[in-house]
Amino acid sequence: MGVLVTTTINGDTVEFACDPHESLLDVLRNRLGLSGAKEGCGTGDCGSCSVQVDGRVVCSCLVLGVEAEGREIETVEGLSTGTELHPLQTKFLEHAALQCGVCTPGFLMAAKALLEKNPDPTEEEIRFGLAGNLCRCTGYDKIVRAVQDAAKVMRG
Amino acid sequence: MASESTTAHPFEDAPNHVTPTVVHDPILTKTDFKSVGTRPLRPDGLDKVTGRARYGADFNLPGQLVGLVLRSPHAHAKIKKIDTSKAEKLAGVKAVITAADLPDHTAGDQSMYDILENCMARGIAKYDGHAVAAVAAVDAPTARAALKLIKVDYEILPHVTDVDEAVKPNAPLVNPKMFTEGVEPKPKKASNIAKRTEFGHGDVDAGFKDADVIVERSFRTEQTHQGYIEPHACVASVSPDGTGELWVCTQGHFVYRNHCAMLLGMEVSKLRVTSSEIGGGFGGKTHVWAEPVALALSRKANRPVKLTMSRDEVFRASGPTSATSIDVRIGAKKDGTIVAADATLRFSGGPYYGMWAELGAMTAFACYDLKNVRTVGYEVLVNRPKTAAYRAPSAPMAAFAVESVVDELAHKIGMNEVDFRIKNAAKQGTRASYGPVYGPIGIGATLEAAKKHPHMKAPLGKNQGRGMACGFWFNFGGQTCTDINVGPDGSVTLTVGTVDVGGSRASLALCVAEELGVPYEQVKCIVADTGTLGHNDMTDGSRGTFSSSMAGIFAARNAITVLRERAAKMWEISVEDVKWEDGHAKAVGSKYGNLAPLSLKEIAAAAGNTGGPVAGHSEIVADGAGVSFATHIADVEVDPETGRSKIVRYTVIQDAGKAVHPTYVEGQYQGGAAQGIGWALNEEYIYGKNGRLQNPGFLDYRIPVCSDLPMIDTQILEIPNPNHPYGVRGVGETSIVPPLAAIANAMSNAFGVRMTHVPMSPPRVLKALEAAQKG
Repeated sequence: MGVLVTTTINGDTVEFACDPHESLLDVLRNRLGLSGAKEGCGTGDCGSCSVQVDGRVVCSCLVLGVEAEGREIETVEGLSTGTELHPLQTKFLEHAALQCGVCTPGFLMAAKALLEKNPDPTEEEIRFGLAGNLCRCTGYDKIVRAVQDAAKVMRG
Repeated sequence: MASESTTAHPFEDAPNHVTPTVVHDPILTKTDFKSVGTRPLRPDGLDKVTGRARYGADFNLPGQLVGLVLRSPHAHAKIKKIDTSKAEKLAGVKAVITAADLPDHTAGDQSMYDILENCMARGIAKYDGHAVAAVAAVDAPTARAALKLIKVDYEILPHVTDVDEAVKPNAPLVNPKMFTEGVEPKPKKASNIAKRTEFGHGDVDAGFKDADVIVERSFRTEQTHQGYIEPHACVASVSPDGTGELWVCTQGHFVYRNHCAMLLGMEVSKLRVTSSEIGGGFGGKTHVWAEPVALALSRKANRPVKLTMSRDEVFRASGPTSATSIDVRIGAKKDGTIVAADATLRFSGGPYYGMWAELGAMTAFACYDLKNVRTVGYEVLVNRPKTAAYRAPSAPMAAFAVESVVDELAHKIGMNEVDFRIKNAAKQGTRASYGPVYGPIGIGATLEAAKKHPHMKAPLGKNQGRGMACGFWFNFGGQTCTDINVGPDGSVTLTVGTVDVGGSRASLALCVAEELGVPYEQVKCIVADTGTLGHNDMTDGSRGTFSSSMAGIFAARNAITVLRERAAKMWEISVEDVKWEDGHAKAVGSKYGNLAPLSLKEIAAAAGNTGGPVAGHSEIVADGAGVSFATHIADVEVDPETGRSKIVRYTVIQDAGKAVHPTYVEGQYQGGAAQGIGWALNEEYIYGKNGRLQNPGFLDYRIPVCSDLPMIDTQILEIPNPNHPYGVRGVGETSIVPPLAAIANAMSNAFGVRMTHVPMSPPRVLKALEAAQKG
């Protein structure tokens, strides 16, 4: 039996019905067509399903769909404004901070949350701020540089 | 068909995989570049930062079912009976399959039969996680419930999971029909050694007699996983008329097509496979596991089936790399000349015949110019998942052992470890320990660069040590088929069949833009499905950019021939009087002085009146992949109280031949180094006494996270490969080869502790430190 949930996703009011045991990640991917968040592990270890719930970055595989009721959800699909990319997106591209790109949506959401809390992080703060997200391709070097550069742009 | 399908998978077939370095006249034709060597944005980038890119699990078909696999909880067990009747009766279940639904079409091809058996156990489950049955149902909860209703009656058999235990005389037999190949006379008794291989030249025993100093040590490395973040996923759709479609994350959709078609008894041309964006592979997506199962489920249910592995399944039942046990002995004169080198390598292959020790034996001493060298490899069967390629497969473990001993030997002689390696480094004309004679190579240059690198002179902090090591990888070329199509507006589509794992679409477009003389932005590179191009081998062996750029350049040259013909027609002159320069057809000679050059765009616009669409094609076996060498420098800090190690500085120096897109080349260097660091310090498969994998998840199988690593410096050297038109060499794999030894050498230099067991995890390091203190 589905539970009816009303929530806000990327600024839009969204209604969906889901099973009580269904994760927010499965709801986003399988019911709402928002497949930017990825399932890399399903156990909260890889961060590739990272989204923001009420401004806090979470692993959406560890959140139930029903917990979205009344919340503000932000996913990678809401990161750009119209055709204008978020500075993090631009800098990830410019610095080649992605190879396969499957971890990228999670990294972007985690980095966004990090920079909202700390607009001028040190390299170490970036590294620990992103330690919940696994990337197997890049060795993180270009990701850290992209976040540093994006932070600079966002500070103006 | 049988031979084609197996040779298409180079890592299962060494003779096809390892191409001699110098095979024909040099074809290097270009050394000044406009596009190649620049760093534009990749064409797939925007989709990947906006969540729009579609990976394996991001695709759906109407009416699609959810597929799930039932796996053996036992390391080794006879399947006495499988009762699927209750699962079949559950409402919403549309198909249940066992091995009986995958009849043997392999026609005596043993390697394909092994793949078939690995996809679905046939009478005996050979490792924890081996598939025994599968279901397709209307949704995941129903499919999960159905799995629980399948009753499997197992008879548990003795198992062995350890590579050293497996070679003992009374070890449980993984395959009672396995008699060691490569031994004369053929053994009468079955064993867990599938094959013995030997490489080398000279007289090793005589060489050791000339040695002033000999170092001999034994090493072990534990099994690791490629750790790609995207689990295997596919959507299969088979129709009753025998045609099928497969959407899948893979490093080689043509090879997946060939393998799946054979295993399902389908015609290759009737199975159309589309490669999704791939969320990492590193060799782990060169092998079919779930795909034939998904196709068989779809065929039985007559509905599309989506099958996605969980992370637990990826660890237990995909293809990790070998666990190894290696003995190395090297002797040298006091002046630093190595006079003899010998290694024995035992590599686990899972329950099946592999060629992993063979690759280890071939790569072990490839960095050096040796008069007397011998390597012996033993392929060892164990009750673990079937080993698959992992980035420069087998080379990192061999290099760990050899480079550790090389370092120790240098110090015993009293030589600097870089100078010792420079003295013994292979060079052009050296006969490699695995057979061929090298062409122009970069090992010496990377060592000289390391010697001069500021990293070598930087001060070290407390509890820090510095180490270095070298690495080698063959690189591979292989079958490649590429199209160029010029649109009516003069824009160019480059259609390739090699999966893009890290930016190759940008690199390939750069090469074709260079050859055509047009801007990079005018060339759009796409990866086509199997219905669009002829066979392409996998993106493995660092071949993607090497081979598809070669084919792309040749296709561009063919397109230029067409473009010249069309311009000649438009001008009504002879094609001999038309040359192609800077993206334009130009009439040659003073008599045509008033003919303004025709751009690609102008010729394309007129194509309908001059002979139809303009295209260029190329089908090649890309021979002559230049071998690759690297030297790495690592600074390690060890906490003497906990044994925890941290990399504080790291430098990669590697020969790229020609770096087509330097940023992505750097990315390959950094990514390989990071994987090697994880392997060196943390990652390992841990099996319990019951033969079950104890850590099948990212929490307990810990790959490096952002806070574990420093920035990774890179230095790209360019020693052109004479066998590629632009001098390109593959760059993807060598970077994972040196880190294990570089880090072990750093620990040795810091604490005088010689670590011989990888990973050098905190408990192992602590134990070694304590033992050293006790003296």
